[in-house]
Amino acid sequence: MLKFILTRIGLLLPTFIGVTIISFSFIRLLPGDPIELMAGERGIEPERHAQLMAQFGFDKPIWEQYLVFMGKLLEGDLGASIVTKKPIFDEFFSLFPATLELALFAIVFAIVIGLPAGIVAGVKRGSVFDHTVMGISLTGFSMPIFWWGLLLIIFFSGILGWTPVSGRISVLYYFEPVTGFMLIDTLLSDEEGAFSSALSHLILPAIVLGTIPLAVIARQTRSAMLEVLSEDYVRTARAKGLPPGRVVGLHALRNALIPVITVIGLQVGVLLAGAILTETIFAWPGIGKWMVDSIFRRDYPSVQGGLMLIAAIVMVVNLIVDLLYGLINPRIRHAR
Amino acid sequence: MRRQLWMASVAIAASVAFGASAGAKTLVYCSEGSPEGFNPALYTAGTTFDASSHPIFNRLVEFERGSTTVIPGLAESWTASDDGLQYTFKLRKGVKFHTTKAFTPSRDFNADDVIFSFERQGNKDHPYHKVSGGSYEYFEGMSMPDIIETVEKIDDYTVKFVLSKPEAPFVANLAMDFASIMSAEYADQMLKAGTPEQVDLAPVGTGPFQLQQYQKDAVIRYKANDGYWAGKSELDTLIFSITPDASVRYQKLKAGECHVMPYPNPADIEAMKSDSDVNLLEQEGLNVGYLAFNTEKAPFTDKRVRQALNMAIDKQAIIDAVFQGAGKIAKNPIPPTIWSYNESTKDYAYDPEKAKALLAEAGVSGLKTNIWAMPVQRPYNPNARRMAELIQADWAKVGVEAEIVTFEWGEYLKRSKAGEHETVLLGWTGDNGDPDNFLYVLLGCDAASGANRARWCHKPFDDLLKQAKQTADTAERTRLYEEAQLVFKEEAPWVTIAHSVVFMPVRNEVVDFRVHPLGGHIFYGVDLK
Repeated sequence: MLKFILTRIGLLLPTFIGVTIISFSFIRLLPGDPIELMAGERGIEPERHAQLMAQFGFDKPIWEQYLVFMGKLLEGDLGASIVTKKPIFDEFFSLFPATLELALFAIVFAIVIGLPAGIVAGVKRGSVFDHTVMGISLTGFSMPIFWWGLLLIIFFSGILGWTPVSGRISVLYYFEPVTGFMLIDTLLSDEEGAFSSALSHLILPAIVLGTIPLAVIARQTRSAMLEVLSEDYVRTARAKGLPPGRVVGLHALRNALIPVITVIGLQVGVLLAGAILTETIFAWPGIGKWMVDSIFRRDYPSVQGGLMLIAAIVMVVNLIVDLLYGLINPRIRHAR
Repeated sequence: MRRQLWMASVAIAASVAFGASAGAKTLVYCSEGSPEGFNPALYTAGTTFDASSHPIFNRLVEFERGSTTVIPGLAESWTASDDGLQYTFKLRKGVKFHTTKAFTPSRDFNADDVIFSFERQGNKDHPYHKVSGGSYEYFEGMSMPDIIETVEKIDDYTVKFVLSKPEAPFVANLAMDFASIMSAEYADQMLKAGTPEQVDLAPVGTGPFQLQQYQKDAVIRYKANDGYWAGKSELDTLIFSITPDASVRYQKLKAGECHVMPYPNPADIEAMKSDSDVNLLEQEGLNVGYLAFNTEKAPFTDKRVRQALNMAIDKQAIIDAVFQGAGKIAKNPIPPTIWSYNESTKDYAYDPEKAKALLAEAGVSGLKTNIWAMPVQRPYNPNARRMAELIQADWAKVGVEAEIVTFEWGEYLKRSKAGEHETVLLGWTGDNGDPDNFLYVLLGCDAASGANRARWCHKPFDDLLKQAKQTADTAERTRLYEEAQLVFKEEAPWVTIAHSVVFMPVRNEVVDFRVHPLGGHIFYGVDLK
């Protein structure tokens, strides 16, 4: 088991270096530079432009900039945003709890609905329920997030008035954040009604962000169930006269869950990517929105630092899922 | 759990209204983005100015709310010397800086604060010059280092600016956001404490509102400055609810989650007009959208060709198709909200036949050229691609074949500045409401290798502008600019296309919100029913 863990971690290092190279060079491949964009229509004198580029160290050859960046990274310094002048680390981790909170709710929503729906669809294969669930999940999977979000806002907030339109909490509540997780912070504050306000603000964005993972989980669970249900040991269990609930719930489900867990792990990347759009629509102050702004402003340090941190998070989560997988399924850890 | 959640959401929807704490007036503004920071001298974006210079700070002189007229601010009065080289400002007494967690002012505003605010930006050896990245793009962009020779303290309440050359638009520059006055005392304290950047992060100003809380991408909260020198604001609390998507902003406005929103989606304008909760304000923007001919490249060196291509464009069709009611035809290079706008200018009427004849006269046939179309939306040009297509079709009717070219925005600006284009679509939004800020910046000889995309240097025109810069008398300057506009029209370095119309939806309970011609969103003077 230890060897398995070490191999997995060993594989992370080259991946991580690859990510730093890609995040570093891609933003620089985009035409236009931060100084030109800051100056806008006004334009900027070439001397002043050169002076500012030198000030930020953008005048050096790209490999040299990369080495400086990596050197600082080893010291734990990601640099500072050229727009806000604040350290990337502080910027990222002041916004990350918002994204995490949203992503957790989205994935819980996806699992709570997706898993049972997939199981039932698998067990009752070919039924009306099965076709309905698969049809809906295909629709959910193909839904453009932007359009879906706006649709829900117009219907639930605009027409029915059930949910707030956007934001994390009603702006009328005023307290200083402690943890950055709104639900926890509202409980820590003495503002009455703040918690339910925060909760109600989570509903629509969590549904929007959770829609694609939900569809994926439902489909994956269904096909895994189908596969397992046709296995010999299930037939044996049935032949033994076990009640159908026990066959499905105990014998089949446990084995069917293995690929589903992998898929749920992979959804972390999907959630972070979806967060970019979801956060923009719902004015959700997380890292997705921050990345978009940084890219538009060609804020090189923020983009490369932010991408790297996101990649690191995705990699760590995938590692944990891998290890978990090994734990559930002994065949995997012994195969190496 | 689900039932609870349900009830919670219903309860919230019901209490979204604003009367949380009875009696206190709270205005919520659904702003479009996060500010870059809170020191307006360091940044150039309107979003930043809305959140910093307007609520938190004052300037020596101010723009009157809703106009481009310059009025006294922290300076009660000012005089100019006869040669136009010295401006002396008498400062207002009894003005207090905000008291914050980190700073309690021990004295009133005085000349030291003025000196500090300008020295920080202009003097490279000033201890604060390099703090927070130390780039002062507006100060540089308005050529202040070339204009200001020295800023002198005569006594505690008198400051003298000595200029290196006569520059009449100078006073209007001092009303701009970058010229906001900061506390020298606060800066000294922070420098001694070793945290100078706090001056820019936790701002202390003299303005009508004081910053209370900022959460990036979420909310900015201000409370009224009780001791504001011009009288306490009617609003007790001002909140910016940061909402990047325009359609979502409108949903929030409808739901009563905010009172005022900027930059509506053009597609929502019709619905807003018929919305009984919303009052849709409108005004012509301080901007111009234009097509510039590269006058260094043949055949655009010939003014007959430029005139002919002017006549070949059906501007009304562009206004209808591209602006969808949110634009007006431009005949001058400055918008009508600016003083000295020449009403008597005669625009080139749409006349393809005459255009053909004029091209033939200039010996041009089978002309192939390009039209550069901006990749971004701007108020002065909401859809450059569509505009370019309409121009392309119009020109085809007079035998001119044009290819549409576009680049990523940064690249577009850079290449067009370098003069790689033959004709280019671009525009300008004014900074200080002075005609010089359009005419000299965009069409002067000094800018011919920069912001002057026509690369047009015409001495008679340039002489008029230079003369106007040296004249402090507004009537005389008006005459010079009016004449310059006629010269411009005759020489036709641009096709002046449109001025945008700015729409500002506000809820009915908002009293006396005014659309600011300079583009800012200002809440001092606004009340709630």
